[in-house]
Amino acid sequence: MSYTESIGSRTYRFADLKTLMAKASPQRSGDQLAGVAAASEEERVAAKMSLAQVPLRTFLNEALIPYESDEVTRLVIDDHSPQAFAEIAHLTVGDFRNWLLSSTTDADALTRIAAGLTPEMVAAVSKLMRNQDLIAAARKRPVITRFRNTVGLPGRMSVRLQPNHPTDDVKGIAASMLDGLMYGCGDAMIGINPASDNLAAITKLLVMIDDFRQRYQVPTQSCVLTHVTNTIAAIEKGAPVDLVFQSIAGTEKANAGFGISLALLQEAYEAGLSLKRGTVGNNLMYFETGQGSALSADAHFGVDQQTCEVRAYAVARKFNPFLVNTVVGFIGPEYLYDGKQITRAGLEDHFCGKLLGVPMGCDICYTNHAEADQDDMDNLLTLLGVAGINFIMGIPGADDVMLNYQSTSFHDALYVRDVLGLRRAPEFEEWLESMQITDARGALLSASPQQPLLEGASDWMGIA
Amino acid sequence: MSDFLEKNPWNALRQFTNARIALGRAGSSLPTAPLLAFNLSHAQARDAVHHPLDTEALHEQLRAQGFTSLDAHSAAPDREHYLRRPDLGRRLSEQSRAALLELEAESSDVVFVIADGLSAFAASKQAIPLLQTLCPQLKDWKIGPVVVARQARVALGDEIGELLKAKMVVMLIGERPGLSSPDSLGVYLTYAPKVGCSDAQRNCISNVRPEGLDYPLAAHKLHYLLTNGRRLGLTGVGLKDDSDAHQLADTPATPVVSDHSNPGAT
Repeated sequence: MSYTESIGSRTYRFADLKTLMAKASPQRSGDQLAGVAAASEEERVAAKMSLAQVPLRTFLNEALIPYESDEVTRLVIDDHSPQAFAEIAHLTVGDFRNWLLSSTTDADALTRIAAGLTPEMVAAVSKLMRNQDLIAAARKRPVITRFRNTVGLPGRMSVRLQPNHPTDDVKGIAASMLDGLMYGCGDAMIGINPASDNLAAITKLLVMIDDFRQRYQVPTQSCVLTHVTNTIAAIEKGAPVDLVFQSIAGTEKANAGFGISLALLQEAYEAGLSLKRGTVGNNLMYFETGQGSALSADAHFGVDQQTCEVRAYAVARKFNPFLVNTVVGFIGPEYLYDGKQITRAGLEDHFCGKLLGVPMGCDICYTNHAEADQDDMDNLLTLLGVAGINFIMGIPGADDVMLNYQSTSFHDALYVRDVLGLRRAPEFEEWLESMQITDARGALLSASPQQPLLEGASDWMGIA
Repeated sequence: MSDFLEKNPWNALRQFTNARIALGRAGSSLPTAPLLAFNLSHAQARDAVHHPLDTEALHEQLRAQGFTSLDAHSAAPDREHYLRRPDLGRRLSEQSRAALLELEAESSDVVFVIADGLSAFAASKQAIPLLQTLCPQLKDWKIGPVVVARQARVALGDEIGELLKAKMVVMLIGERPGLSSPDSLGVYLTYAPKVGCSDAQRNCISNVRPEGLDYPLAAHKLHYLLTNGRRLGLTGVGLKDDSDAHQLADTPATPVVSDHSNPGAT
């Protein structure tokens, strides 16, 4: 079905729903690269106006990627709940924006409708929203998950401690890990991107973190980010796996490019569950996503990159994840050109994920060939802090020496806690105080060699 | 050192990593010295991305080393197009294509391409020393002209290799600069290069620079891959890099810590 919108004497025609969605998207280089973006600013607004009139029901009848050829579409349609949808079934996309922002729509209402939302409905409404709308609506929708601690409670924000090292040197990783913990970071998880896919090397890292965690009774979880097939193999060999990681995307073909399917994710999820390592809950999947991944795998089928991204969250929510991380600026300027586009994408991803009931965090980041710098990261960090982001990254000095990109630092986490009054996960907060790292209000104490972690460092790190 | 700063008494841990640890803090924020050190590193990485490749200097050095050298440009006219349109960086400009065709090159075993990629610094600094180390080991190889290519992506080598009738093409290309590595070279090896080759048909050696994978080790790996790629008649997922199977067994894993990489040190 085609859509039209007239502006003065000019009539804009949009061939189908995916074209309408793409043309209504805020400007970004990836959609331009794909050739799906609006040709003019007026066409973009015409598309928004036309999209605003589309009934939400339409998204249940007009699949952007055919049901027959894509298992993500099948997942979305088959799992859709008409009961949950009933409350908003009469709305258009434009009405839905008003409903979301209405003062009578609260966390309960947003939680009630989650199973009635498809990623395409959520992507569509986000295209009509300004940045402040994305913040205001997301802030109303906490998504709380549990493993060894509780992440996502209102007024709190967690940090993934990312102590990467270019050669996976265990002491190098331990050094960055200690630095992060002394800065009060690590409640979302301690998560390493290994340089190697080698199973023995990965197991060595898992064992190192697990030994440390048990020694100091740290209420957090660990993850070594390797392909799910590697993690399944590690679990079979008895390695101490807490969270199960995988990169995911929004189409079956893009997921095939990552070497995964929904069936393989299910297998990995069940392998993780079989270990029963969570103490306060069973959320254990950790997914990473990012706008542009479907296009870069030539698997976008003419769908704009933001809509593809939200479809990835539908994949994520199937597996009750502990954390989902949009690695927003990592992919490069051909998808998100500058700080403005990265900022917008980060806010969209957080809002869309939360609306679907996904525990969104964000790797607020950029590469050196993007038109962005640390000031842009400060801005997005502050905005996402206000929006109620579940977690951010903590990397020494914001400089990842293994992945060669810049993100947020341990200091950045302290800053955003200070200015917005955001606290850590409650279990971790207590632990930090017991380790004399923070005071009762969560503020860092002056560092001293007598603090337990530092006192024991030479011992557990194996340093003479 | 100012009294306003909270220091971190775990400086000793810096011996284990180049990461920016033990920076101390001013309130919740970075002290001024590591802040400015970060700014400097980022400025250098940005300059690496945007600095144009000095092709004249490269041609001159290549000629002095006894290589025949050629010039090529991708279809991306400038840096902004290059960054926004990776597809343009993978194909030759019409002029360059015509020029390489006109040569009617004799077939060769291998063609090397020195390409700016995302860091002209890397191409300028690392490519020729690597060739100097490698080429004496390629005595029985017919080496084609060395091509210096601007606004180039890895796949540009496919078209160049095809036009120059090369059995294999080796792309020596500037990698995406990191804060501590603005001049790191990537090496991509493709057998039977032609337009449309996929990344699964290539082998890659990354982080080639004196502070990373040094020239002798990089040349050793590249020689191994070239020799075995030629023997098997393929590159990519079917060609495993086992060059370090025994060589690295006794090498300690501890990385070298250089002074400039710990900008917080005072």
